[in-house]
Amino acid sequence: MKKNLPLAIVIIGGFVWVLWAFIPHKVFSDDFINKFYLPWIYVQAPFGVVLGVMSLVMMHTSKIQRKAPKWQYSFFALGGLLITCIAGFGWGTQNGTPLMWMFTNMQMPMSSTMFALLAFYIASAAYKAFRARSPEATVLLLAALVVMLAQVPLGLKISKNLPDISQWILDVPNNAAKRGILLGIGLGGVATSLKILLGIERSYLGGGD
Amino acid sequence: MSFETFSNLVAAFFTLCIFSFLYKDNPFYQMAEQLLVGISVGYGVVYSYERIFIPWLYQPIFLKHQYYLIFPALIGALYLFRFSRNLSWLSRYPIAFSMMSVGAGVPLSMHAGILVQMRQAMVPLESINLMLIFIGTIAVLLYFYFSKAHTGVYGKFTTVGKWYMMIGFGASFGLTVMARISLLIGRIQFLVGDVLHLIK
Repeated sequence: MKKNLPLAIVIIGGFVWVLWAFIPHKVFSDDFINKFYLPWIYVQAPFGVVLGVMSLVMMHTSKIQRKAPKWQYSFFALGGLLITCIAGFGWGTQNGTPLMWMFTNMQMPMSSTMFALLAFYIASAAYKAFRARSPEATVLLLAALVVMLAQVPLGLKISKNLPDISQWILDVPNNAAKRGILLGIGLGGVATSLKILLGIERSYLGGGD
Repeated sequence: MSFETFSNLVAAFFTLCIFSFLYKDNPFYQMAEQLLVGISVGYGVVYSYERIFIPWLYQPIFLKHQYYLIFPALIGALYLFRFSRNLSWLSRYPIAFSMMSVGAGVPLSMHAGILVQMRQAMVPLESINLMLIFIGTIAVLLYFYFSKAHTGVYGKFTTVGKWYMMIGFGASFGLTVMARISLLIGRIQFLVGDVLHLIK
């Protein structure tokens, strides 16, 4: 009941999904997936969201109660969550509502700046990693330089052939490397899925009895 | 001050708060970081309510009277037992239900990851580029085959695979850096153009 029944649900349901791929019958594609699985999974999804929010709120309230390091900032996380929820549930999600104002003028600038910030850290990490210590590192550095320069006007000034060389790098060696890696990922995906389906991999059930 | 100017100033303030991390970790960055988490989660909650809860749970049960959907809703509610010390095992049921779709991973991984890639690799070697791609794919695959020692001629061939991967990683790195630089240019354009009006 505690572990075997959930395991049986995964194994039986999982094999029905496998059958769906190999048997093009409406029992699998229509009855099982469209009429049973998808509506049921959508009905369950909001509870997963509630679980996530509860986890975030519990973590921050406990941080405030314990006065853990930097506990004051937890008020901003909780306040942001609360105000966004009030804005969304109170005025809806149409353009011009407080929620969309918060999204456009707070969430979007902060998240895109966060990603833009990574440009500096990628550059400094690259400097540390790329100091051409070995032939392989030199090749990596050269490929990165050619691809980067080919996308800016400076690249064309250096050489008219740079965009063609960059495209060749992307189309030939990069393509071969990605294909080899994708084949490995595909084999790994099949192996991992089979391990879960056959009940060998059970870590998703969590610890305990 | 117009509402648009006020909105731009708010966006500029939070942009500068995040950029302030370039100097060092500071209270403005910490505040903006936590606020970003809170707002993002809140946004997700509101959209989950509007896009999932209303059309898939509330409307079918309360307006269309499809009462059998109460059963999956009860299974979903078992997620909340995750926090209970004695009854946390009940949360395994909704997890198990969502894990059923792993079964689709077998044929889909087989198709997208293996069959499609093999089909693309098995083309007539009519040009030098196609030959280079074929050799590269085999060399990269053999590089990850550890049942045979990478020595002698075989070892040299697997080294070719390593070189291919280095070029591939370099290309990916270059593209990633350029994407980040584009975002950075966008933020600077916003600060200099929309806020300071220095770009006409």
